Order: sequence, then C-alpha cells, then structure tokens
Amino acid sequence: MSAAPVYLDYNASMPMGAAVQSAVSEVLDVAGNASSVHGFGRRARRIVEDARDRVAALVGAAPAQVIFTSGATEANNQALRCVHAAGVAVSAIEHDSVLAAVPNAERLPVTQDGIVDLDAVEMAVVRLPKPFLVSVMLANNETGVIQPVADVAEIVHRHSGILHCDAVQGAGKIGIDMASLGADLTTISAHKMGGSQGVGALIVRDGLDIAPLIFGGGQERRRRGGTENLPGIAGFGVAAELAQTHADNCADVASRRNRLETEVRRFHPRVDIAGSNTERLCNTTCLITPGIDSSTQVMTLDLAGIAVSAGAACSSGKVAPSHVLIAMGYDSATAHSAIRISLGPSTIEDDIDRFLTAWRAMLVQHDLPASAA
Amino acid sequence: MSSAAPDVDRIYLDYQATTPTDPRVVAAMEPYWTEAFGNPHSKSHSFGWEAEEAVERARAQVAALVGAEPREIVFTSGATESNNLAIKGAARFYKSRGKTHVITLATEHKCVLESVRDLAAEGFDTTFLPVGPDGLVDLGVLGKAIRDETVLVSIMAANNEIGVVQPLAEIGALCRARGTLFHTDAAQAAGKIPLDVGTMKIDLMSISGHKLYGPMGIGALYVRRKPRVRLVPLFSGGGQERGLRSGTLPAPLCVGIGEACEIAMREMPAEAERLGTLRNRLLAGLEREIGGITVNGSMESRLPGNLNVNIAGAPAEDVMMAAKSIALSTGSACTSASLEPSYVLRALGVDDEVAHTSIRFGLGRGTTEAEIDATVSILARAVAGIRGNAAAE
Repeated sequence: MSAAPVYLDYNASMPMGAAVQSAVSEVLDVAGNASSVHGFGRRARRIVEDARDRVAALVGAAPAQVIFTSGATEANNQALRCVHAAGVAVSAIEHDSVLAAVPNAERLPVTQDGIVDLDAVEMAVVRLPKPFLVSVMLANNETGVIQPVADVAEIVHRHSGILHCDAVQGAGKIGIDMASLGADLTTISAHKMGGSQGVGALIVRDGLDIAPLIFGGGQERRRRGGTENLPGIAGFGVAAELAQTHADNCADVASRRNRLETEVRRFHPRVDIAGSNTERLCNTTCLITPGIDSSTQVMTLDLAGIAVSAGAACSSGKVAPSHVLIAMGYDSATAHSAIRISLGPSTIEDDIDRFLTAWRAMLVQHDLPASAA
Repeated sequence: MSSAAPDVDRIYLDYQATTPTDPRVVAAMEPYWTEAFGNPHSKSHSFGWEAEEAVERARAQVAALVGAEPREIVFTSGATESNNLAIKGAARFYKSRGKTHVITLATEHKCVLESVRDLAAEGFDTTFLPVGPDGLVDLGVLGKAIRDETVLVSIMAANNEIGVVQPLAEIGALCRARGTLFHTDAAQAAGKIPLDVGTMKIDLMSISGHKLYGPMGIGALYVRRKPRVRLVPLFSGGGQERGLRSGTLPAPLCVGIGEACEIAMREMPAEAERLGTLRNRLLAGLEREIGGITVNGSMESRLPGNLNVNIAGAPAEDVMMAAKSIALSTGSACTSASLEPSYVLRALGVDDEVAHTSIRFGLGRGTTEAEIDATVSILARAVAGIRGNAAAE
C-alpha cells in the first residue's frame, strides 16, 4: 500500500485548503493584539472584523451577532448555560457537548429515521419550567440526518421559548439562513468546514441576553473574554466563504456518496444505512454491517489505508455504542457494528473505489458476502 | 545617543500585549495543517494518531518549561480560559467542603478579577489584596488574609502592565503551610523567567501561547497531581483533557505552544540578559534625553523585557500620537482603548495625573539596540514638543 491514505472522516475534521492555509500563515506573521490601539492592533482588529463579516454572511446574520469562541464545544456550552432558562430540553441525538452542557436536560426522542419527534417537542414545551430553552441540531454528525429545525422553532416560539441549533455539521454542506432556520442561537465550528481547529462561533439573535462563559478583558462585546485567535479567525473567514461554494456544489459529493451506498448494498444486501430513508447531508453514510464489530472495521480499513470512524471523534475511543443509533431504536449489537464514512469536497471517485475494494475484502474475510455473490 | 536615523518604519514595543509567532514555531505547526490534519481525538486512523502524538509531544514540552509532568498540563484556548478554569473550577469543586473564600491581588489581569467577581456573584467571599508602592504583595498581609475556609490564592507571576515579579516561592510556601491552593497567572512570566511548580509550590498555573512567541488561541493550565488538585470544568462535552476541558484540541496550535516553550526554555538565560540590558539602556536613554522619568513598580523584581514609566508633563495619549511609528501602550491591551487610568497604577498609590502620563514598554525577541536608540530619540522629540506646547499655553 504505497498510495496516500484515503481520508473519509470529514465530519471529524476537514483539512484546511490552500486558501485557508495561506490566510492563516499570513496572519501568523502579523504581530498585534486586536485590542491594542496602535497600528499593529488596528490591523489585527480589521482582520477579526473582516472575518466576522464573512462568517455572518455564511449564516445570514449580522456581524454584531457573531461571538468568536474556541470552538463548537465552548459555543454549545455558552448557549445552553449562559442564557437564562429554567427548563431545558435537547434532542437525544445531540453532540456530547450539548448533552453534557446540561446533563439533567429533558431528552427529546427521535423517530426510527433519526428525526426529532415533533409531537414530543410539542409536549415538552408545555411541560418545561419557564422560561425554557430547546436545543436541536441542524444535522446529525453520525448519520447526517437533517433535522426539522424550522418546525421546532415554530413550536418553541409559539410557547415563547428560546431555540439553540448546533449547526456544526450543516455549515458548508447545506445553506444556512438564520432567519428561515428560526434559531435564536446557532453554533458553528471552523474546522468542520475547512477552517482551523480551535475556532468556532456562537451566533446570537439581537435582543437575547447571554452571559459570558469565559470572563476576561471585555472582548466580543463583553460576551467572551480572551485575546482573539487572530490566525484562526482569519482562516475561519476564508473557510466560511468557501463553505458557501461547497454547499452549492454538494450534489457532486452526494453522487459519490450515493454510488458508495449503492455498491455496498449490492455487494451485501444485509447492510443497513442509518437514516437513509430521510433527508441527509450530502456527505455522510452511517453504515451498519451486522456481524463485524465497528472497531474491527475501522482498524481493518485503516490498515488498508482508509480513514473512517466508528462514530463521533471525541467518543471514538470509547466502547459504548453510539447514543444516536440507540436513540433511533437500534439494539446495542447493531449499533456496535456501525461505521461513519464522511466525504468532503476533495473526495474523488478513486477514493470511493479504494474504499469499496477495502470494504469488500473485509467482508470476504468475514465470510459475509456469500449470500449476495 | 546615536545620530543615525532609525532604520525601521515601525517599532514594536508592545510585547506584553502579544508577541509575534516565532518563524521556527510556524514551521513546526505547518505540517499539522497540511499533512497530519486529523482530529487528534480520532482513534480509528493514522491521521488522528499522528495528530495525537504531536499533541502529546507538545504537552511534554510545555510541562518541561515549568517543571511539571506532561499529564499535569491541560490545553485551553488561552490564558483567559486557563485563569477562568483554575479559579472558578477549584472554587466550585471545593465549595461543598466549606471552602468559600478566594484571595487575589488588586493588580491582577482583568480576567482574573472578573473570574473572582463571578465567584462573588455565586456567593463566595472574596478578598482583593492591596500591593505596596513597588507593586509587590506584602506576605504579612497575605498571611493574615488566609483563613481556614480559603480555597485559593490567585497571585500573578508577573504583572502585565508593570512587569513586577511576585515572590512566588514565598507565596507558595505560605499557601501550602496554610492549606490553601496557590494559582498563578504566568501568562507574562512563562518563558521569560525561570518557573518551577515544585520548588515554588504552585498548584495551578496559567500559560498563554501568544505571549511567548507561540500562536494565539492556545494556552495551558498546569494542574498539580500530587497532592491532586480537583476542578469543575468550565464546559463539558466529549470529555477531552481527562474531562477537564472538552472540545477538539487544535493540534497545530498545541504543536505551536509546545515548540514555543521549548525555544523559550533553551534561550531564556541569554535572552533575559539581552533584554535586561536593552531595557536598562532604554531607561538610561529616557532619563538622559527626556528627564522627569519615574519608574512605576519595583525595578529589582521585574521582567527583563518590561519598563513602565511616568514621563512628567507628557500625557501618554499625546506621546503615543506624536510617536506613531512606535507601538506602545498605556497598559493592558484589553483596556487600552478606554481612557480610564490604569487600575494597576492606582493600586500602587499613583495618582490619576501620574497614571495618565505613564507608558508601558514591552521589549522582546525582535527588539534591537538600534530600535531602542531610535525610540529614545523619537520620544525625546515628541515629549519636547508636548512640554513646549504646554509651556506656551
């Protein structure tokens, strides 16, 4: 195996493209604290504000609504903990950073397709102590299933609640518009859309009071202390601009992903693709191959030069089955045989072929394709 | 005084606000953007492993700088987050054991003061200790302030405005003897002066990447393991950093702060001497060419790269306007846009008039003798003009 490994783990982290890299490198050479008043500082301030404009444009927000953070985990925690709410409900398939932010929050169930149950939302908002906050992600990181955020927003707002949307996996794959989404708070992450790790943003609608999670020198309109991560923010701005293009071109990614799914199903009809009966992100496949443990699958594929994951990166070292698949009604053994394949804008047909070759070989090794052959 | 025209368009003397990223640090970081770009928490493939290995190497480099073990280092987004995590995390953890009192200094960085005020809002009892005219804490006063219920003493290693270095080993010994935790904000000191968490009996220490020629957006918190210091995390999620700090670690930035720490450790003795000499040359030049100079804070116990002086009769804003080619500041970057007099200088007992005529000089790795000489002559012209105008009015 001499060829470079095939990277199919874009939902864990998307590599920085050349344009983002050069923006980051350029700013690394600039000395300046964006809060300083001298020329170096003013230049740093311009870099931050220019990036803020671009990030705001990606989600259809006003620049002043964007708070830069150290990443989505921080942004999710700030959204859930720093807005006054007596009751909190989150969907059962949220990212760990949402689930852990308010451990005793009510969990909203999802359907077998992995979509948040709107009837359950209706019931929860009546029951929750007021004021209340609901958090529903835009698209799930493991299955790619797109959530009915606008419908949830309608329900939440009808009961005068606040809606947070973790849009980390949606940004750069589907268009995001704060107004049509209807979320009061939206989280995005730079490194999931080709920016650098260590930067994210929380977008807060006008008029909503939010306290800082990290207190400091009054940066980010007193909503997030700490010297701004200048190179990271500059890269985020460029990545945000490119993300729109990527979202516009996601039909190409979808066609590769769909070919992959067609081929695996043809090879072994007993595979299951979680959430495939409903609308999903163009790039994600949650592939269940009954009979092979997911950790065996990812190791075998890694040896063959294919990088995929057994679920979310942060929990991919853990042995617990995916909480997302369990919430969708899969049993533990089935959930333990799932892998996540996530494509990116640079994924080519050859990558798909190489994945399929390695995956078929793995199944042959486990005597699995016989029924289909 | 050299009569040669300055060979620089702009002179950067604001190294306490931020330092440029060392090109060697940039070079070390770059591969982790281009080749080993994985999520360091991805356990299922080599992209993730490579990034994780790099993060762990960096952790060891940071630990070595302060005499810690690698597993005692938690990566954060910067010193502000480290300070928030240390102060609020420790106070919140030990509150249930009757530890409800926190001590800090009046001259701490804003984010420390704000963190302590945040705790006050949660019902903690707080003490903001005064400092002497030299900017140093009085150990007797500190000793009296510590009570049985004191959970934490947070005293910065070196001040960001006046560069004054606190007696860390003495504070550490006192805190240890009295059974309270000692946290130090070492954002300005790490990599500039020797720090050792063992001999100084430090339990928690905040470090910043961009103050020691590493990248912005990364910092570290040293958390003692023996005896173990427990913290409530500021935020939760995937449980990274042993549950103390969730969120994807930015592998390139971790590599950057690690490399920056290693370089700082290696070059510290020679660089500290070089900067001390340049700083003294600057002070001598200002005294000779301008006059009416008084140093704010102790000159003996001070970072080699810091000078903070009052220039009699020359408001700092006017001086900076008249010497625009030099990047200077009146104090902390966070508050430099406001015209409020520095609370640090006020804590020294300096009156508002003197605080308004005080300037901070931050010298660093890129500072040259020619820049120092040019600075003196530019400022001499500027101050002469300002004083002349004032006299004419």
